[in-house]
Amino acid sequence: MARLQLHNLEKTYGNGFRAVHGINLDIQEGEFMVFVGPSGCAKSTTLRMIAGLEDITGGEVRIGDRIVNDLQPGKRHIAMVFQNYALYPHMKVRSNLSFGLRLAGVPKAEREKAVEEVARILEIEPLLDRLPKQLSGGQAQRVALGRALIKKPEVFLFDEPLSNLDAKLRASMRVRITDLHRRLKAEGKSSTVVYVTHDQTEAMTMGDRICVMQSGNIMQVATPKELYDAPANLFVAGFIGMPEMNLVNGRIEGTSFHTAGQAITLPDHVLARLSAKPENAVLGIRPQHLKLSQTGLSARLKNVEFMGHEVYLYADLDGAEIVCVVTTAEYDAMDANADTIRVLPDPTRIHIFDQDSGTNVSLPDQS
Amino acid sequence: MTDTTIDTARLQARKRIRNARISAFVRYVVLLAVGLVMLYPLIWLVGASFKTNNEIFANPGFMPQNPTLDGYIEGWKTSTPYTFGTFFLNSFKIILPKVIGTVISCTFVAYGFARFDFPFKKILFGSVIAILLLPNVVTRIPQYILFRDLGWLDSFLPLWVPSALAGDAFFVFMLVQFLRAIPGDMEEAARVDGANSWQTLLFIVVPMLAPALISVALFQFMWTMNDFLGPLIYISSVDKYPVSLALKLSIDTTEAFAWNRILAMSVLTITPALAVFFAAQKYFIEGISAGGIKG
Repeated sequence: MARLQLHNLEKTYGNGFRAVHGINLDIQEGEFMVFVGPSGCAKSTTLRMIAGLEDITGGEVRIGDRIVNDLQPGKRHIAMVFQNYALYPHMKVRSNLSFGLRLAGVPKAEREKAVEEVARILEIEPLLDRLPKQLSGGQAQRVALGRALIKKPEVFLFDEPLSNLDAKLRASMRVRITDLHRRLKAEGKSSTVVYVTHDQTEAMTMGDRICVMQSGNIMQVATPKELYDAPANLFVAGFIGMPEMNLVNGRIEGTSFHTAGQAITLPDHVLARLSAKPENAVLGIRPQHLKLSQTGLSARLKNVEFMGHEVYLYADLDGAEIVCVVTTAEYDAMDANADTIRVLPDPTRIHIFDQDSGTNVSLPDQS
Repeated sequence: MTDTTIDTARLQARKRIRNARISAFVRYVVLLAVGLVMLYPLIWLVGASFKTNNEIFANPGFMPQNPTLDGYIEGWKTSTPYTFGTFFLNSFKIILPKVIGTVISCTFVAYGFARFDFPFKKILFGSVIAILLLPNVVTRIPQYILFRDLGWLDSFLPLWVPSALAGDAFFVFMLVQFLRAIPGDMEEAARVDGANSWQTLLFIVVPMLAPALISVALFQFMWTMNDFLGPLIYISSVDKYPVSLALKLSIDTTEAFAWNRILAMSVLTITPALAVFFAAQKYFIEGISAGGIKG
């Protein structure tokens, strides 16, 4: 069990490309930290630097109280689960699991005991004498998980471990991993986790905290709820949440927000919270927090997606594409031939961003 | 109406099956014929090795009229004080260290090129490819002078030492290509598991490389077995002759060529290579069709 700290971590490749721009992050003991971001945001590179598979150009990685920059991966007390499992194809599951222990010189009897224990936890006992090619995707992933678990590492590293599985299996593995983490934590065993994914559902459901990254920078580190309720900037606002947050460009004049052709009065508590009054502002509101209302902003209806229990209404609001999520009942009550809708944002859920810097100027704690 | 449609459909289906059968038949006949043409010299060689010396030229067919082992018995004795067994032994004294050395050294070099970054890597790999393109003959004379100065003439050393030090660029290139097709994840997993570069090579890379290594061993075995020029240049004492030279010997020293002996010994000479090839055929094909590793 150990705390993991990244201090001014930098990565520059031989061709001069700067992948990671000096990031700082403090991951607590036993914490489940998720790195999330679009592809190419350097989340995997960061993970590989922690693992020791990628050279560190600058800054330091600290596991517990050791600086591990120059340590070989095998000496860092970490274990890693790879995207495509990376099981050793010529070894049976049993040997795959115990390979690390064998290298560490653990006696055979002890190794076998450890294998049995891990196999029991992950329910892979019947698979122990199979080769990796005889396993299904889900089974292979559990073996890969077992190979990490058996080492009792200080930090677990996961590199998009579920992205090769089908949707159903992914959901069940997600639960299994979080469950396992909780159980290990309860037993006081090593359970600091860094989990890389591009899937925000995984990030939101699994992480104690989420680190949102973009182009080698950390955009925000917060709990899932904080990320959703109080995104620090436009990138996080647009990245987290399904469908994406509606972002409408405009200006603040007096107490109201003006789009190209319409205006909406901002509630006092939002105005009071504003840390700055940006020249070019962006109003952010989640699709779930837009209500159909006769007094709201008018938008031209473009498309309707029926999702079962709710309906996504896509509309054009003075040039900005917005989405409004309504219940099926609300949709049924609408005029079937209407080509415009009027939407009113939930005043308590409005965010105001500075269009130029991208920062959220309406965060509660900044008031 | 419906019946007619069904009948037409049936008729068409039957026609399709018949056409498919005819096409398959034609294909196999052509394949068999071409295969026979290609194999005929080998079949004739085996048949002729059991003929008497006179019959070889009298009877163009491959079936001997009065099969005799005379060719084998006389051929084995040779016209030298040594039996053919000595020459076989000599061949294996070259082949064995050469094959083992090639497999080990080429694995090291290929692993280095495929998985590590080091200064001048591009230039070095470029020179490997350049060597691959260089005609062998070009280096014969400098090599001869070098080995003469080392005092290695009339020994097996010049025949296997260069190869055992990864001197065969072709094999290095082949293994590098094979390694490049294997994803590096397994090796990274091994490193995380605590393996150093040597352990990764031994426990992870070599087992995955096995099909390619078997191909390398097979190629080297067959090429060395068939190598005539190398031994001709470096070996001068008859007691050190490998089989390829010994075969020629029987042509040189007899006034009237005993073709049946030569053919009999030729059959024996190709037997080990054929046996090894068929035994390892499965891996061989897997090895040269690189990239057949499932992730």
